[in-house]
Amino acid sequence: MQLKLDSEACQGHGRCYSLAPDLFDSDDEGYAVLKVTGDVPDALHDAARLAADNCPEFAITIEE
Amino acid sequence: MTDTTRPPVTDWATDFDHTRPEYAESAPEIWEQLRNECPVAHTDRFGGAWLPVRHEDVAAIARDTEHFSSEGVIVNDFRPVDLAPIGYAPPITSDPPFHQVARRLLLPAFAPKQIDRWEPVARATCQELLDELLADGADVVDAAAQYAQHIPVRVIADMLGVPREDGDKFRTFIHRILEVPGSGGPGEIEYEDTLDYYLDEAVKERRANPRPGSDDLITYLIEADLDGEPLTDDHITGTIGLLIIAGIDTTWSAIGSSLWHLAQRPDHRRQLVEDPDVMVFAVEELLRAYAPVTMARIVAEGVTDAEIGGCPVKERDWVLLPFPAANLDPEAFEDADQVILDRQRNRHLAFGVGIHRCIGSNLARMELRVGIEEWMKRIPDFELAADDPDAVRWSTGQVRGPRELPIRLLSTNEVA
Ligand code: HEM
Ligand code: SF4
Repeated sequence: MQLKLDSEACQGHGRCYSLAPDLFDSDDEGYAVLKVTGDVPDALHDAARLAADNCPEFAITIEE
Repeated sequence: MTDTTRPPVTDWATDFDHTRPEYAESAPEIWEQLRNECPVAHTDRFGGAWLPVRHEDVAAIARDTEHFSSEGVIVNDFRPVDLAPIGYAPPITSDPPFHQVARRLLLPAFAPKQIDRWEPVARATCQELLDELLADGADVVDAAAQYAQHIPVRVIADMLGVPREDGDKFRTFIHRILEVPGSGGPGEIEYEDTLDYYLDEAVKERRANPRPGSDDLITYLIEADLDGEPLTDDHITGTIGLLIIAGIDTTWSAIGSSLWHLAQRPDHRRQLVEDPDVMVFAVEELLRAYAPVTMARIVAEGVTDAEIGGCPVKERDWVLLPFPAANLDPEAFEDADQVILDRQRNRHLAFGVGIHRCIGSNLARMELRVGIEEWMKRIPDFELAADDPDAVRWSTGQVRGPRELPIRLLSTNEVA
């Protein structure tokens, strides 16, 4: 599984980093920063889906 | 002009009026009826306004800043004239490209790590309020007027570095602007009693008595610069005014509605006590189900080709953005009319969508979570004091929440 973050679309709702803090962090303005590169570890697949399913801006996509 | 001078509404599709008490009482039912019969309602009141209720249409308008301007965000009888792209309260009344400039100025102060610092203040505030609430052993209390209302007022006063007693004034200003839009015009009230006067004085006072090194927001704005230039006084007072107007009734409404809901649902109260991990989802679900804020736009000057869900609209028309209606749209949410505390897919729009996403969302979420947590610790069991859930008084206008919320306390705990 790979995670993509569209930083143009992100408006800093912060849903991703509160639901999946192992995968996302906030920058100094509240916009999302991806913490993983490459494959998402198996143990974090559910967290990744949760983040993608709750982003109001559809800024997070998952490729499996 | 006040809401009481407008006639009652008989047809919500062609003559709606969101400032009427009957809208305050039954907005969710009105949205549902419109969704089924006429999802883009219109009224000739306010000089012409639209009310789309579908999630798809509300989100599309919020994202379309080219056709829909934020020059006016509170619908009333007077349209703003020539204020775009800055507006009277940047960034909420600003359009691109200026919007981003004003927004970036505020974002760092409201980013999650900065807001974390205020959580102990919010928690202590809630505990103080609960101590007062429970002090005289009453078995019925008003959860809106005695509790929810004070939480955001005290926290924002501390964040601005002004006395907490000023909170009473804030509530008067807000009431005038949000609940009776268009009231308080020249001649109706003394200048000394206006928000403008309060803000001018607050900034003057801080300039006269600077607080170097203080982390309060007024100092932050006085010291801030835009491209090397200090902010104008108008920009500073407009921004502080916005934080007061945008942050208080909204959060108060969210906490109040959540307690109104929990008062009616023993199963949800138990779920929160037994499984604290549900809280991160519950906060979002309560925000979805009881989103307090409806925004507005004005069809931009010179636009000839704008439409909402197929309905053509004309330049300078008002457009309401009822985020709470969008959040209840069954096309966008499974079991939209049910409150499911641990809902897993929840792209709700309580804080808007697109470039104007609520800057205070991290603060508001924190206050809502802490407000419920502290209440539940001291008052784990409670119910509505009136048998009729509609006996609660809901606010009128674009911010929806209970303003009187009598609650019977069924069990209380001593301070741990
Ligand atoms: C539950 C509480 C709150 C709700 C539901 C809420 C809702 C909203 C919504 C829907 C918008 C979008 C406006 C638009 O699209 O035009 C907004 C914008 C804004 N809110 Fe909030 N808000 C809340 C609390 C707060 C707090 C506590 C503050 C700050 C103290 C705040 C400050 C702002 C600001 C500055 C904007 C303008 C952002 C921009 O235009 O870029 N809000 N809010
Ligand atoms: S939830 Fe979406 S919009 Fe919000 S911070 Fe994460 S990526 Fe950005």
